[in-house]
Amino acid sequence: MKRVRLGTGAGYSGDRIEPAVELAEAGDIRYLVFECLAERTIALAQLAKRRDPAAGFDPLLADRMAAVLPACRRNGITIITNMGAANPHAASATVAAVARSLGLGPLRIAVVTGDDVTEVVRARQDLTIEETGAAVASLGDSLVSANAYLGAEPILRALRDGADVVITGRVADPSLFLAPLMHEFGWAADDWDRLGKGTLVGHLMECAGQISGGYFADPGYKDVPNLARLGFPIAEVTADGAATITKVAGSGGLISGATCREQLLYEVHDPARYLTPDVAADFSGVTIAEFGPDRVGLAGAGGGARPASLKVSLGHSDGYIGEGQISYAGPGALARARLARDIVAERLRIIGLPLREVRLDLIGVDAIHGPALSAAAPEPYEVRLRVAGRTHTLKDAERIGNEVEGLYTNGPAAGGGATKTAKEVIAVVSTLIPRDLVSPQVHVMEVQS
Amino acid sequence: MKLRELAHSRTGDKGNTSNISVIAYRLEDYARLEAAVTVERVRGHLGALVRGEVVRYALPGLGALNFVLTRTLGGGVTRSLALDAHGKCLSSAILDLEIETPA
Repeated sequence: MKRVRLGTGAGYSGDRIEPAVELAEAGDIRYLVFECLAERTIALAQLAKRRDPAAGFDPLLADRMAAVLPACRRNGITIITNMGAANPHAASATVAAVARSLGLGPLRIAVVTGDDVTEVVRARQDLTIEETGAAVASLGDSLVSANAYLGAEPILRALRDGADVVITGRVADPSLFLAPLMHEFGWAADDWDRLGKGTLVGHLMECAGQISGGYFADPGYKDVPNLARLGFPIAEVTADGAATITKVAGSGGLISGATCREQLLYEVHDPARYLTPDVAADFSGVTIAEFGPDRVGLAGAGGGARPASLKVSLGHSDGYIGEGQISYAGPGALARARLARDIVAERLRIIGLPLREVRLDLIGVDAIHGPALSAAAPEPYEVRLRVAGRTHTLKDAERIGNEVEGLYTNGPAAGGGATKTAKEVIAVVSTLIPRDLVSPQVHVMEVQS
Repeated sequence: MKLRELAHSRTGDKGNTSNISVIAYRLEDYARLEAAVTVERVRGHLGALVRGEVVRYALPGLGALNFVLTRTLGGGVTRSLALDAHGKCLSSAILDLEIETPA
């Protein structure tokens, strides 16, 4: 029976590179998928591209490719990645340059574009913003980018065209994995049941180490061996869509029923309707079986007809955030931190800073879950005041950090380690657009030997 | 006893919505979770951290519950003022829930 093995080389933009190399060298895989594009990353990449037409793709692309391309070429592994972000063409030029410098040609690189629908959205001001119910028109000039989530189809086209590396911008994360499965097994674009099964594989794999023991360890409750050498996951899939999740023998981490169950529900709302551009996947009947150490089988996913619309991430300028922090330690730390908090609150009022929103938290006490859940906790040895506020201008944002830093000479005794930051905020909301307004394209370039 | 003794949990975020899974270590404990970890208990325990709706999905085959909390992440990770802008630590808050110890 034919089995296809896929590995995940990255689960987010800054992910570790060594486990990807391990997969390329020792994973016995046919595809290596790098998922590196979070909701906000694409909007920031759009801004970077606007400033520099050669920028706007993943900053670690060249390092990743230099690290994995030799083993991928040697072992016949096709790379699929959304590291193209806002500029897949510039990304492909970078991959080509890496391949040339390492003498790894011939190499066929396919570029998927068409996800940038900024102009389409600008022309359709009546579209509804999912989060607020308001029209896109309400964003006015603050709209900086609009990227539609593409599905598996253009990647499938690239694979049929013989691509060794497929570089995309915004594509639904599971589609990066579904496309090679459709390609290998000839699954039809309306075989909802198998597309649901393949989407489950993609969903489980897209966060890399999060299914192989990363983000799982809780000493004494959930122990994970050799987490420092965490191995990234491999999915072994058969034509019926059944999958086994495993990893390179000897790598660190853990793949168990429990790690798979946690990742199965990660970022899922209704498990019976997990919507992607490809299918309305149904995870509600999934069964999980431990076949052996670090080998877990999943079956029972299904699916229904794909949604009529595509989701679009809208990046928009949303003012500025200013932040300052300072620490207090030893006897009386909490009382001094509370005094510091009261002082900053009063000073922000005295200077009349126009704040859209502000929060003053004590890290170590109430910064994460607020005062109620931590009320019974013992007093900590050290406490860090954090003040964060939303403003209309960068200058106002900077004044927040200055008021915290000012506690050095104008606040309680023995404050230390003050830091301050101020940043522009590109917030992301979403809308839905009809499919016929989006036309994915595939461009192929050859690197000669 | 604390929920932590029976279950593990992971939090995910999409936009301004958080989802928190509660997964039994042992499948035979699922019925206890289903009875004890209700929408009302979760809402009561998290208090002011909950800003919108709380919906519970049951997955008996996996021994798991999935809680979906809308409008709860300060606008989402891209704009939130919170230190934990993803709300990732919410799973740990849920595991601190007090569960009735069987007689």
